[in-house]
Amino acid sequence: MSAPASAPGTWGTRLAALAVILYAVVTIAPLLWIVQTGFKTPSDAIAYPPKVFAEPSLEGYVNLFTTRSRQTEEYIAGLPPPDSWVERLVRSRNMVIAGPSKVGERFVNSLIVGFGSTFLAVFLGTLAAYAFSRFRVPLKDDLMFFILSTRMMPPIAVAIPIYLMYRELGLTDTHLGMILLYTAVNVSLAVWLLKGFIDEIPREYEEAALIDGYSRLAAFRKVVLPQAATGIAATAIFCLIFAWNEYAFAVLLTSGEAQTMPPFIPFIIGEGGQDWPAVAAATTLFLIPIVVFTVLLRKHLLRGITFGAVRR
Amino acid sequence: MTETSTLHTLAARAGAATPPALAARVRGLSDRAIAWLFITPTVLLLLAINVFPLIWTVRLSFTNYRANRPDAPLRWLGLDNYTRILGDPDVWYAMQATAHFVVWSITLQVLLGFGLALLINRRFRGHGFWTTLILLPMMLSPAVVGNFWTFLFQPQTGLFNHVVAFVTGIDPGSFQMIGDVRLAPWAIVLVDTWMWTPYVMLICLAGLRSIPDDIYEAAEVDRAGPLRRFWSITLPMVLPFLMLAVLFRGIENFRMFDMVNLLTSGGPGSTTEVASITLKREAFEKWRTGYSSAFAVILFVTVFGLANIYVKALNAVRQR
Repeated sequence: MSAPASAPGTWGTRLAALAVILYAVVTIAPLLWIVQTGFKTPSDAIAYPPKVFAEPSLEGYVNLFTTRSRQTEEYIAGLPPPDSWVERLVRSRNMVIAGPSKVGERFVNSLIVGFGSTFLAVFLGTLAAYAFSRFRVPLKDDLMFFILSTRMMPPIAVAIPIYLMYRELGLTDTHLGMILLYTAVNVSLAVWLLKGFIDEIPREYEEAALIDGYSRLAAFRKVVLPQAATGIAATAIFCLIFAWNEYAFAVLLTSGEAQTMPPFIPFIIGEGGQDWPAVAAATTLFLIPIVVFTVLLRKHLLRGITFGAVRR
Repeated sequence: MTETSTLHTLAARAGAATPPALAARVRGLSDRAIAWLFITPTVLLLLAINVFPLIWTVRLSFTNYRANRPDAPLRWLGLDNYTRILGDPDVWYAMQATAHFVVWSITLQVLLGFGLALLINRRFRGHGFWTTLILLPMMLSPAVVGNFWTFLFQPQTGLFNHVVAFVTGIDPGSFQMIGDVRLAPWAIVLVDTWMWTPYVMLICLAGLRSIPDDIYEAAEVDRAGPLRRFWSITLPMVLPFLMLAVLFRGIENFRMFDMVNLLTSGGPGSTTEVASITLKREAFEKWRTGYSSAFAVILFVTVFGLANIYVKALNAVRQR
């Protein structure tokens, strides 16, 4: 509680380090447990007491990517020898592979909806943020607040009329519908964040370009955009994370064609309930991009999570 | 001299790259026109996907409309839905569950987050690495988090029960975090705290780092003890940041849906049925669209009103 200038070698600092490391270990343990569960067999995953050291198995990943059907031992014995380790693993459980699972399609849906909505939100957001940053706009504060306030509504409250509207327009369970919806949610974040980034670019650069005969638009394109590149990239990653993680709209407005990963993962079912190794495997694959993004975003994290209200 | 010459060549290049007709047309746009051109698409999108639906919700809230029977005759109910909601014990129960969830999760996050920020601010070696690790949970999908915590909370086989059993010595099968009506409201608080403590921590850390060192040095000259320095320097300087974190968490947790829906889906009974879950039941399971629209309007007005009052308080603190 003293000044942050305390020397790094003191006992107080060592104790602080110890406490922080302890918290980090406790907070990361559930995640590591889930990652490890992805590499357990279904019976090891629900062993009593829980197995900290279990023989690693890829059954979860195999189950995640395939659909299987149970067969009699005689039937399996009569089959030609397995042509891959995947097939051998499945047959050892008295099953045969019936085909690929839906996880590939769901993953692609997440990518399409995520990148599509991110691109649109950042595109619209950059334009609007530039205008808010550089021009006199009547009712500027009110407009900015209006844009922010669209984020305050409970998603379910918005989902009721959107559900009806999409049903009328045939947008239910389509990529376009989800892209538009996520764009609308993300554009508020994009405008607020990007306005902060553009505010930080000195006006003098543009003014020099204008004096030099550039048009406003050319100055925006050739001077402001390159300067704002880092901010735009950071904003894009925040939008992508939101779309990647979103569940409420996805579960209410998609069921098959356009379903993304979050409503899909909890319903990976094996024989007799959730197939936990497969769920854990899906969770792991789903989380990897987020971990990468978190590391990349470290410097801008604070801005992103506070709509630009806190900068550093 | 060199500067102007570079700019001249830049202009020349730009001029050469732009066809004259287009250049003239684009140059003709006034700043005002550009401002509107740039803002309008965003505003139109928000009008179509936020405002129009909101108006539609308000309209539906005065009717008996049911989305699963779109052809049934529509009746105008006036304020009936609203009066029924305010007299509905289920709704009041949901508001209480929401209040319990919001108040406790935010209290715990503030205490833990602020504490962690104070510790991390001592800048021990390697604090960057450990901070990044601590931040991870808040970046995850709340739905996926809620889902895998059901696995950790399994009474016989879950990691959580066994860790608690190991620490306290009780039988891991003797308590159910999700199945027990007394524990379930705390299960959602616990998972939310696990997930969002880093959020409060990060914002508090920014607050701590905004305090100039010389204030502390001056306090030291005045022989202020550590406790006194905390109460009269650290806390007041961090308070606006902390309040901002509480505002964002408050709004988010008031509208909480995904994590709770997958962790407990409101159960057991309706002990963890926070407002958004009740809303989803009414709207998408019982299909009482008109009634749930009225509930949605009430929720929105509540969030909006509370947030506005809070922002006024926040500004007052900032100006001090």
